[in-house]
Amino acid sequence: MASTHDHHDHVHHDHDHEHDHSLTFQPDHPDTEYDFLEMAIRELIIEKGLLTAQQIQQQIDEMESRSIENGQELIVRAWTDPGFKQRLLDDGVRVLKDMGIKMEHQPEVKVVENTANVHNVIVCTLCSCYPRSVLGVPPAWYKKKAYRSRVVLEPRQVLREFGTDLPDNVEVRVHDSTADLRYIVLPMQPSGTDNWTTDQLKPLVTRDSLIGVAPARAPV
Amino acid sequence: MANTFEPGDRVWVRDDVPAGHCRTPHYLRGRKGEVLSILGDFPNPEKLAYYEKGEPRTLYEVKFSPLEVWGEYDGPATDSIIADIYDHWLEPSHG
Repeated sequence: MASTHDHHDHVHHDHDHEHDHSLTFQPDHPDTEYDFLEMAIRELIIEKGLLTAQQIQQQIDEMESRSIENGQELIVRAWTDPGFKQRLLDDGVRVLKDMGIKMEHQPEVKVVENTANVHNVIVCTLCSCYPRSVLGVPPAWYKKKAYRSRVVLEPRQVLREFGTDLPDNVEVRVHDSTADLRYIVLPMQPSGTDNWTTDQLKPLVTRDSLIGVAPARAPV
Repeated sequence: MANTFEPGDRVWVRDDVPAGHCRTPHYLRGRKGEVLSILGDFPNPEKLAYYEKGEPRTLYEVKFSPLEVWGEYDGPATDSIIADIYDHWLEPSHG
């Protein structure tokens, strides 16, 4: 009995001090030191009772459930309502707030307009800043060094690789969002869609068109 | 906060390599540009990163010529790189 008792105690002792990996969902096998660092910090936060596993999972869920619907709504209203478009370009933060779009940790937003003469494209060369509240989860390429370094060095070539071949009379403006503003491109409304309804227009507003690597989808 | 620069001013980015968190990309340090607009005052993120009080800094939208930045550029001279730079990284340029 004594040994069973000891064993029992031992298990309890171990349990108190071991990291319980079942506390949070692990989507991938951790394979870089950053994965291990993130895991260690997350488990410490839970062990110290700062947050529960459920609270962390809810936040991940909320972040991943964002899509570009907010962005599509924003752009289609700008296409169909000139007054709204002007307000959006002048004071994007206010417009987003009025629409109930939360910009947590992203206090300021600036919308830049593509025209027949100007093409804007967005990058964050320092890391991968991205207006998630409006555009959802960023595409993998947006965070890669290839995009972040090449789009400031040879933007026209990068745009061509995205299928966007711009003539020399169109001015290319690469916005490096290095600080406290997040940028969104207002793409041009595709020709031949003047009388389209909001529901018809929304699918034309693609994620890539809001980053500026492609125009809005052409009507089929 | 009083603005040090106005839109249209020529500026250059300090060519400095301070230790720690920086929001000014290396490729723009030591480069000349033009202030496009004043974006407002923001708590200095280079201090906030270390849980220090980030005193407000004026943020400027600064336009650079890719040809001047890289020395060579395969595109029209009207193309530009636009970055947001805090006032403590900028100096007036008279050239």
